[in-house]
Amino acid sequence: MLYINCPHCGMRSQNEFSYGGDASVKRPELNIEVSDQEWDNFVYNRKSLRGKHLELWQHISGCRQWIKVERDTATHEIFRTFKADEEVA
Amino acid sequence: MQKYSIFNLVKNAFSNHENWDLAWKDPTPKEEYDVVIIGGGGHGLATAYYLAKEHNITNVAIIEKGWIGGGNVGRNTTIIRSNYMHDENGLFSEFGMNLWRKMSQDLNYNVMFSPRGIINLAHSDAQMNAYARRGNSMRLNGIDAVLLNREQVKEIIPMADFSENVRFPIFGGLMQPSAGTARHDAVAWGYARQADSMGVDIIQNCEVIGFDVSAGKIKGIRTSRGNIKAKKVGICVAGSTNILAEKLNMTLPIETHLLQACVSEPVKPVLDNVVTFGAGHFYVSQSDKGEMVMGGDLDGYNSYAQRGNLPTLQHVLTEGIAMMPFLSKLKMLRTWGGIMDMSMDGSPIIDKTHIEGLYLNCGWCYGGFKATPASGWTFAHTIAQDRVHELNAGYSLNRFSTGHLIDEKGLGTKTWIS
Repeated sequence: MLYINCPHCGMRSQNEFSYGGDASVKRPELNIEVSDQEWDNFVYNRKSLRGKHLELWQHISGCRQWIKVERDTATHEIFRTFKADEEVA
Repeated sequence: MQKYSIFNLVKNAFSNHENWDLAWKDPTPKEEYDVVIIGGGGHGLATAYYLAKEHNITNVAIIEKGWIGGGNVGRNTTIIRSNYMHDENGLFSEFGMNLWRKMSQDLNYNVMFSPRGIINLAHSDAQMNAYARRGNSMRLNGIDAVLLNREQVKEIIPMADFSENVRFPIFGGLMQPSAGTARHDAVAWGYARQADSMGVDIIQNCEVIGFDVSAGKIKGIRTSRGNIKAKKVGICVAGSTNILAEKLNMTLPIETHLLQACVSEPVKPVLDNVVTFGAGHFYVSQSDKGEMVMGGDLDGYNSYAQRGNLPTLQHVLTEGIAMMPFLSKLKMLRTWGGIMDMSMDGSPIIDKTHIEGLYLNCGWCYGGFKATPASGWTFAHTIAQDRVHELNAGYSLNRFSTGHLIDEKGLGTKTWIS
């Protein structure tokens, strides 16, 4: 069982969360010309890192907020959690 | 190579079975190969076998980080089927079914292929309609499919829950009678033994740490046991695909996820077929030892840990008990996990890459084991001829940018959408 420290609600079990994938993916700006390759990278292509991975989770059975979680994909250790709009250094 | 036969079995009995040849050698890597296959799993071993058998290319090495057959070919639920709706998947898998049927003879190795049939249960009228459509598509591609009504399903699997007042009553099912199971380890070992006998070097405990690419052309690989030159390199590493792609500065439409399976304690024969639950993701069959072999959903988040997490297992088994209540009486014997190369549309990739002489085989999601022979056969063709075969033409790497996705069931990486 993973325990995720929701920045809004505190430590909760993974059962309350649903996964949202790589948080480092950025949607291309809409007001500029976007190449097919850029759309491809946004929609489909992923690094799927082994080790530290910044990812989105939604506290779906709690506050329903999207959050960012920094987790190790090899050991499942969770290092830090952030609010969705927080910049991660 | 020593043939496995009743005659040799009797003959070796006189020397207490101490004089059998080794099934494959433990060679030191040569300086150069015509083809290097990275990954000594089922697909990699099959690729090397078909390179030697179909294309007469025997100066081949298989580079394996651990030991052969230690990854997903040893961690799956052994199901073999071709019950797909889309042409690309159906024709590819049915080609594989034909290879499965004669595999034990081809490899002179008993892979215990058991065509016991698979039944996908339907739990609503809409699902029956969808199954009728899929069954018709299958039959158009020459694949056997039978639509069963509730009574027919009850006759085959009376132990399933046929009560009226359940959340997901059984309306019927779609059966592929020629589907089945095989002994997974034997598939790896059978391919390894034959490939080795035709001159393929199987190099274990050898990790790939880099690639030599110059002027857009592959020159060789760097490994923990030294540099190896190669004219062509095939990547066939399932859950480790992204790790190697990173070394090549490639980003792929693949995420690595964890999939669990489990077996119960052995019981007397109760289930003749493979059965899948239609209102969730759960499948079960009974092994020759009597264990109920079960599996279902991904753990749901990116993972390279080859071990699972209990909430998903509990969720999967809850579905199992809804389908077959007697499962709740069984004790769990073992659970295990493997890391899957989940593609974004749920279908695999067998293709050339932008680097000349570098080939990619990945994206097998939930269905890698049953694809072993067809994947090896088509990948060997793609490498040997430097062009894709019509069977794997649809499994292209650029289909995501061109929009030619093969979305069989929407079972890609994003289980969280469902």
